[in-house]
Amino acid sequence: MTGFLQDIGLSYELAVLVAKALGVAVVGAFGLLWTLLGIWIERKVAARFQDRVGPNRVGPFGLLQSIADAVKIILKEDIMNRHVDRWPYNLAPILSTLSVMLIWAVIPFTAAWVGADLNVGVLYLVAVGSLGTVAVIMAGWSSNNKYALISAFRAVAQLISYEVPMVISLLVPVMLAGSLSVQAIVKSQHIAYLFAVPMTVLIFLISGQAENGRGPFDLLEAESEIVAGFHIEYSGMKFGMFYVGEFLHAFTLSVLTALLFLGGWQGPLAEKIIPLGFVYLLLKSVFVYFVLIWVRMTLPRVRIDHLLNFNWKFLVPLSLINLLVVAFLWKLMPDTDQINSFADALGPTLVLFLANVVMFAGVAWWLREWARRDREHIEARRAVVAEPAEATAAAGD
Amino acid sequence: MDITAEAIVFLLLSVLTLGSALLVVTTRNLFHAALYLMLALFGVAGFFVLLAAPFLAGFQVVVYIGAIAVLIILAVMLTPSVTRLPRIYNAQWAVNLALAVVFFLLLFSVLTPVVDDLGISGTWGANFTQNSPADVPASSVSDLGEALVDPQQYMLPFELASVLLMGALIGAALLVSPTARDDEDAPHESGQGA
Repeated sequence: MTGFLQDIGLSYELAVLVAKALGVAVVGAFGLLWTLLGIWIERKVAARFQDRVGPNRVGPFGLLQSIADAVKIILKEDIMNRHVDRWPYNLAPILSTLSVMLIWAVIPFTAAWVGADLNVGVLYLVAVGSLGTVAVIMAGWSSNNKYALISAFRAVAQLISYEVPMVISLLVPVMLAGSLSVQAIVKSQHIAYLFAVPMTVLIFLISGQAENGRGPFDLLEAESEIVAGFHIEYSGMKFGMFYVGEFLHAFTLSVLTALLFLGGWQGPLAEKIIPLGFVYLLLKSVFVYFVLIWVRMTLPRVRIDHLLNFNWKFLVPLSLINLLVVAFLWKLMPDTDQINSFADALGPTLVLFLANVVMFAGVAWWLREWARRDREHIEARRAVVAEPAEATAAAGD
Repeated sequence: MDITAEAIVFLLLSVLTLGSALLVVTTRNLFHAALYLMLALFGVAGFFVLLAAPFLAGFQVVVYIGAIAVLIILAVMLTPSVTRLPRIYNAQWAVNLALAVVFFLLLFSVLTPVVDDLGISGTWGANFTQNSPADVPASSVSDLGEALVDPQQYMLPFELASVLLMGALIGAALLVSPTARDDEDAPHESGQGA
């Protein structure tokens, strides 16, 4: 690309600048266009889970429904409440979409296509992701609406809490690959990390889903309690940007899972035929995304105190134990810094997998014990409540 | 001094950081002040990038914007009448200005070659070496990590900071735990300071 631009008479610096600007435009446009198709996929899959047909009127299989919706939402009148706090109110939807689009800058789509292979890539992901919280708070507060404000409070509690297990679980692939660069992590997965550290994948997906405010964790926009949450006062394209931001955030979580744990663009012949890697990455991402929609459509919404208890009393300790176990075993095994082939990776993967099986068994046992104690507790309390009630009933007669 | 791209970016970041820092203390709207604080902290992250320290820039954003500033906003949102303070409650602006000027002069004298001219650089100067950003090793992250756990280098301050944070964590948990609040009349704010 740079070579071609230099041939038509641009200086080297200008050619690099133009090539980079084009790269940004391509990645950004791909992300936004993918949203149109992705929303169709999501609506279709969700409809199947709910025994419906889903969009089926516009175009073959309803494929053009998203385009029709997009045109509609762009043409809609932008209604703005007179009492909103103007600047934060207008900036919030932009920040919401921006915080997700920025993540795409470091995603290695294939062996050769990567926007910026930062050597602190994973840290960058976390940093940019935390800007999304700010967008939700800005929207919630500046809307001057009590439902939006409640949503913003929930956002702070939920997003900050779940960032802890997410970052701790992100440490595991970083440790196994010995690098913070996303491309290096993909390249070091001769066997996908999913098989070595399934517990970490589970923690990452749960906390990621909560970070998105989706699935059983959609307290930020719980329709039955706070109407629409932080975006209640937004209409037209400003709402559309929140919608795009939320969708892309969820899909980006799938892409990150595919990159960090499922081997990213790796697959047969991916190193030789470069575009093939992109297909592999997309397939893996869509698979993860399907699982996330499945969870989202199946589980009921959790209560806020259950949500926070689950995080601080279960997920955070579990992720810390998981990190310690993996780190200890990884240090114990010889030559873990020289894994260059499938055969090299086989031994360590097996050891870590067995350790994970033991951990899963331990967690299952602990959960069973906890549920048993909880049941006993509730039954004991019920007995205490039932007795005086009967006593007063008897006295009344 | 020629105008390079770095110089322009540095100037823009300086205007962004200083301007929003000024707005943090002058705006009457507490929520806006918190947002400007985020902007100022973001500017500082930009300086870290400019200094070829992307790791620190990342942590600046995660810790200061993603966590501390968000918690400040939470505290602000719990404060009644945050938007229009009727007057400036702090009447010490003259003293504060004088202190700020003195502090600035101190920093200026320590960080710039003035100390060399005065001949006290050994005692007072920061003795910074000026490396070009291009000379900074790419593996500075692992160097940083090793420096933090090396007994010869920064292990003691690192561990002390961990103990301090742990203490703050336990203290906060104790303040808000139901058993610590024996009397029902205890002010509700007792937990928020933590």
